[in-house]
Amino acid sequence: MTSLSFEKFGKIAYISETKVADFVKHLEQGKIMTTRCRRCGQIYFPPRTDCPRDLSTDMKWEELSGRCKLLTYTTAHFAPTGFQDDLPYILALAHCEEGVKAYARLNKDINENEIQIGMNLRLTPLRLPNGRITYEFKKA
Amino acid sequence: MKVAVVGVGQTPFSRNCGVSIRELCFEAFKDALEDLNLTPKEIEASIICSAPEYDRQRSPAGLIAEYLGLNPQPTFLAESICSSSSTGVKIAYSFIKSGLHDTVAVIGFQKMSEISSAEVQERMGRGADIQWESPFGTMMPAGYAMCARAHMQKYGTTEEQLAKVKVKSGKYSLLNPKAMYRRAVTLEECLKARVIASPLKMFDCCANADGASCIILASEEKAKKITDTPVWVEGIGAACDTQSTTGRTNLTGLNCAIEAGKQAYQMAHTMPKDVDVAEVHDCFTIAEIMAYENLGFCKPGEGGKLIEESQTYIGGKIPVNIDGGLLSKGHPIGATGGSQIRTIVLQLQEKAGKTQVSGAEVGLVHNIGGVGLYGNVTILRR
Repeated sequence: MTSLSFEKFGKIAYISETKVADFVKHLEQGKIMTTRCRRCGQIYFPPRTDCPRDLSTDMKWEELSGRCKLLTYTTAHFAPTGFQDDLPYILALAHCEEGVKAYARLNKDINENEIQIGMNLRLTPLRLPNGRITYEFKKA
Repeated sequence: MKVAVVGVGQTPFSRNCGVSIRELCFEAFKDALEDLNLTPKEIEASIICSAPEYDRQRSPAGLIAEYLGLNPQPTFLAESICSSSSTGVKIAYSFIKSGLHDTVAVIGFQKMSEISSAEVQERMGRGADIQWESPFGTMMPAGYAMCARAHMQKYGTTEEQLAKVKVKSGKYSLLNPKAMYRRAVTLEECLKARVIASPLKMFDCCANADGASCIILASEEKAKKITDTPVWVEGIGAACDTQSTTGRTNLTGLNCAIEAGKQAYQMAHTMPKDVDVAEVHDCFTIAEIMAYENLGFCKPGEGGKLIEESQTYIGGKIPVNIDGGLLSKGHPIGATGGSQIRTIVLQLQEKAGKTQVSGAEVGLVHNIGGVGLYGNVTILRR
């Protein structure tokens, strides 16, 4: 896990350096990867290179299936600087089958009136303009 | 040895106040010292509370201390975003309790018009976890909107019940000359207002403001010399939850508030039913409903019903935010906690005028930083 550029992540990346920059490389290969502590077995998402449970830095990458269920959401009609062009967009929190939670937008094809808390979703890599990349929830 | 609040002060909260931060703070400081047997020279330390991303002045504590005539006494900045001045009060309490200082001033301020709207808009995006959540375009209302949606799903809370929190706030705003919005609003207006982050609409959200507050604390012995009406700090609780949304285990309440409340009740040997009047952090209407539940004023899930039955009006089971709350007063981040404490102190001193809860003995302040990130609960007794 080397320090590589994280600046391609998301519509706007607020940081560029992190030990989990490989996450972006995996995302470009179509995989949503995360980390698990080899010592205590705890899985994390988003990935991190340091386990606060046992202060271990012995972590391994693992792929998430992407299968998850919607926990809550909101349709944003106002946005911070740089995101206004996307409005309105739906921000959502989901529970992944591996036991972690994920925060992302819902795919634009999902209408607000068909959303139901508890519905099945799939966390999927999403390419953005200008070589940027992120992930989103799609209908399962 | 007990610790008392001896003086409270506040500027009016407004948009574009037209004065500098030092002048704002002076106004609150002067207001707090009024009628006290205390001069600035006798204040042994000051704690300045502000969310510095709104300040042009680097390290504003020194500048404020100078302008208030508080040299050479020590000063520093305390920050926990929207709960900065509750954090300041906790530190002041510890200073006094430890015997380090006898009298401490906590000055909270924010001049949110200090920076341009574009700069405010830019900072809004950085209030979340900037590595993993801000890149999706999140901001404060979205965070509380997600709590509202989850609360509605789990407990059947309605948009009407959320709106009723603002209707109460509007009613009491008319009695608070220092509130930014002094206007009653109807249920219909609330429900028809434009959506900010569904299900939260314009009147479900508080607004940025300029303003300052000042709380002066003193040791028991000193307090009795300074004032005839000391109000005792009986319980102070503080906690923090995860910054990330993904780290949260509770989507329908704020764990930091539950934990801070538990600590404060225990320290004060007090139960929720003993509280006569409360100020809670209603940055959004859902935040007030969750506060009712998290502080034990009702059971989890019954917050909507509590406002529906008008139990948080004066004359109800527990009057809450009868100064109009953040929803009407406005929310000058660093000053808000001090403003809440001021309201409760005035209640316990029987100085609350038309909103006086008769015979109020015990008051509670719930002040939250971020979307349930920093929780602070303070219990005061006359």
